[in-house]
Amino acid sequence: MTQNHQFEVVIVGGGGAGLMAAMYASRGAKTAVLSKLYPTRSHTGAAQGGVGAALGNLEEDHPEWHTYDTVKGSDYLGDQDAIEFMCQEAVQAVYDLEHMGLPFSRTPDGRIAQRPFGGHTNNITQKPVRRSCYAADRTGHMILQTLYQQCIKNQITFYDEFQVIDLMIENGAAAGVVAVELATGELHVFHAKAVVIATGGHGRVWEITSNAYAYTGDGVAMTLRRGIPAEDMEFFQFHPTGIIKLGILITEAVRGEGGILVNDKGERFMERYAPRVKDLASRDVISRAIYLEIREGRGIKGQRYVHLDVRPETVNKFAEIDGRTRPDGTPYRVTAQEILSKIPDITDFCQTYLGIDPVEQLIPIQPTAHYAMGGIPTDKYGRVVVDENNTVLPGLYSAGECACVSVHGANRLGTNSLVDLIVFGKYAGIHAAEFAAGAAFQPLPADPLDYTRQQIDRLRAGDGAEKVAQLSKEMKSVMFDDVGVFRTEQGLHTALDKVRELKDRFCHVNVSDQGKIFNMELMSAWELGNLLDLAEVTAVAALARTESRGAHAREDYPQRDDANWLKHSLAWLEDGAVRLGYKPVTVTKYEPKERTY
Amino acid sequence: MQIQLKIFRYNPEQDRKARFDVYSLDVDPTERVLDLLEEIKGFHDGSLAFRRSCAHGVCGSDAMRINGRNYLACKVLVRDLNTSEITVEPILGLPVIKDLIVDMTPFFDHYKAVLPYLINDEPLPADGKERLQSPEERERFDDTTKCILCAACTTACPPFWANGRYVGPAAIVNAHRFIYDSRDRGADRRLGILNDRDGVWRCRTVFNCTEACPRDIKITQAIAEVKRSLVSGKLE
Repeated sequence: MTQNHQFEVVIVGGGGAGLMAAMYASRGAKTAVLSKLYPTRSHTGAAQGGVGAALGNLEEDHPEWHTYDTVKGSDYLGDQDAIEFMCQEAVQAVYDLEHMGLPFSRTPDGRIAQRPFGGHTNNITQKPVRRSCYAADRTGHMILQTLYQQCIKNQITFYDEFQVIDLMIENGAAAGVVAVELATGELHVFHAKAVVIATGGHGRVWEITSNAYAYTGDGVAMTLRRGIPAEDMEFFQFHPTGIIKLGILITEAVRGEGGILVNDKGERFMERYAPRVKDLASRDVISRAIYLEIREGRGIKGQRYVHLDVRPETVNKFAEIDGRTRPDGTPYRVTAQEILSKIPDITDFCQTYLGIDPVEQLIPIQPTAHYAMGGIPTDKYGRVVVDENNTVLPGLYSAGECACVSVHGANRLGTNSLVDLIVFGKYAGIHAAEFAAGAAFQPLPADPLDYTRQQIDRLRAGDGAEKVAQLSKEMKSVMFDDVGVFRTEQGLHTALDKVRELKDRFCHVNVSDQGKIFNMELMSAWELGNLLDLAEVTAVAALARTESRGAHAREDYPQRDDANWLKHSLAWLEDGAVRLGYKPVTVTKYEPKERTY
Repeated sequence: MQIQLKIFRYNPEQDRKARFDVYSLDVDPTERVLDLLEEIKGFHDGSLAFRRSCAHGVCGSDAMRINGRNYLACKVLVRDLNTSEITVEPILGLPVIKDLIVDMTPFFDHYKAVLPYLINDEPLPADGKERLQSPEERERFDDTTKCILCAACTTACPPFWANGRYVGPAAIVNAHRFIYDSRDRGADRRLGILNDRDGVWRCRTVFNCTEACPRDIKITQAIAEVKRSLVSGKLE
């Protein structure tokens, strides 16, 4: 039996962006949040190091500097008007979080504590600046908890463990969504004036990943199927420091506190790749450096990993060499106890998964798939835009990792994921409520469930010759090898052929569980369909872009090519094929120039 | 190494009562119990149902009873269990819906009952910036900010098993997180709620909660601090 609901604003996703949107939308509109997880399980909670904002609590800093660093970090592919807006708004958004009760770590004078992070600099000295506002090494956890607490206080309506399968569009405008209630298997129609998609990323496309099982790109895949393009999908960030094999993230804050990367010869190799900021260069730069070290045989014991060293004697040795000082001008020196107090969760991960103590032993790390710069195209108000001319689709909004504003361009700076989701989550919520106040409900389609049923029936109809887990494994492997840190035309063709083969084989998948209650097998199969679509779009966009920019490193086209490629890609899925288009990058103050650290 | 994995199974659409399925697996000692469950679901029996998301102990989805003790399945490795026989069951004290999935509604209802959010209606600082809080004031409630609401503590608590009306350790941990936050003004209301037959006084100091917590929160101590504040009337 189908259940029908009506809300002015429906938010899909209960992570940081979704909850932020809910807080603000609910002030002016009847709002509901639909999440496939309990909201506190969302992946925002895994963010560690901090949220960037130029509060200047420990040293001089300005939103303009944050803006420039973000533009440069994006390898000039970010839209500068949106970046400027985000970096200005970040300051107020962080104060908002503090006022909501977020327990930030504190400076001796009681202000929000800040630490250095990759790519964030004093624009005059070009040295790292303390801009990342943090709560130990669980900043994302505290943001997620604080927002959920405030949602409880404000009595926001939640539909927990509802998997949204389809977006309804009528008369060219958003009309609502269709969802499966996981506990019963029932389908629900949510009629809405405005829909905010905040479903997070799709890092489960890759074998070694820091991303949650839930990160299957549901929102982007769902909108692609409804004719909305995905923007800049060739840009996916590989974080340099994931725990070997498991991919679990070791925050950049470890290097912010003075940790360094070393190869098999014990060399601090980042000196050669980023002479000024060394181990605090941008993530794309460091991930490539690690790959090059490994390729030249300097991985540990010749294998595919290097070491992260945060032992106090090492930190102090290099702090002295670098002339690093504390805010009061005294030399930067640390004890094991101080390091442990700054990174308690990392210490726990090292003990649990590696059986090592990070202040006494070296941490084996390798780059890990981490963050989608690309996604559903939006403007800086969170409105979804659907073509080369940025035409708005009325009533549809998106925010957080699934959206592409674009503020991260070709490479996101550390801390800016949290900045993105608090700022654009807030504005998507505000604008969705404003839109709803002035709009009527679109009529529902004649059979709102039609496309949802088709998708589910197809998964139940296969002959069972293929297993979801097997196809998934093969996809992750080829995507990590050939659509990873480095790419070539040949490798991209290999990956594309493989992904298309997997899509064919996916038609044979059969879901053995015929039940309705918590049919997780059916949901996993549906999620794999999303991942395969996004893997194909990623590989096609990467093959077309014959340059290297940010996280997209083509070995056969090693240079950035602004004359031909200073533009965003748009990818449409049409009749099972990918069609590409392009739109210009917004450049305001900062002309593209060579990017060095 | 070779292990024997016993998994609790119950499908309300088919089964009149629960059973255990047993699998023999060749595993690496460094694998997570969650990896074993994924292996079973992926390659042996797709109908196995359990919750999981982050797979590294921060989202709180996969609290389970493993060899008789509550763990997050993603945070316990095969070698940690020191045995080749591994039994996985749903956490106790909440209704089982299917296999390892329990109904979390009573748990979240208890959480919501203790007003788990900052209460402070005083004007914000005139400059619009942060409220000040010293590092020492911040440290006072640091431990209880780590809670991920996984329910490992509450469902390891004998008084909770005996009486589901007891708010349970997780709710008290989250009340503690605000009661001792120097910015909060709602301590009296929360202490009033906890000073009840179904509040802190049901705690029998068994320490099961502290042992079960995957975030190493000193839960029994936090509960004791709340009790002490109720007796002394002071927020120390």
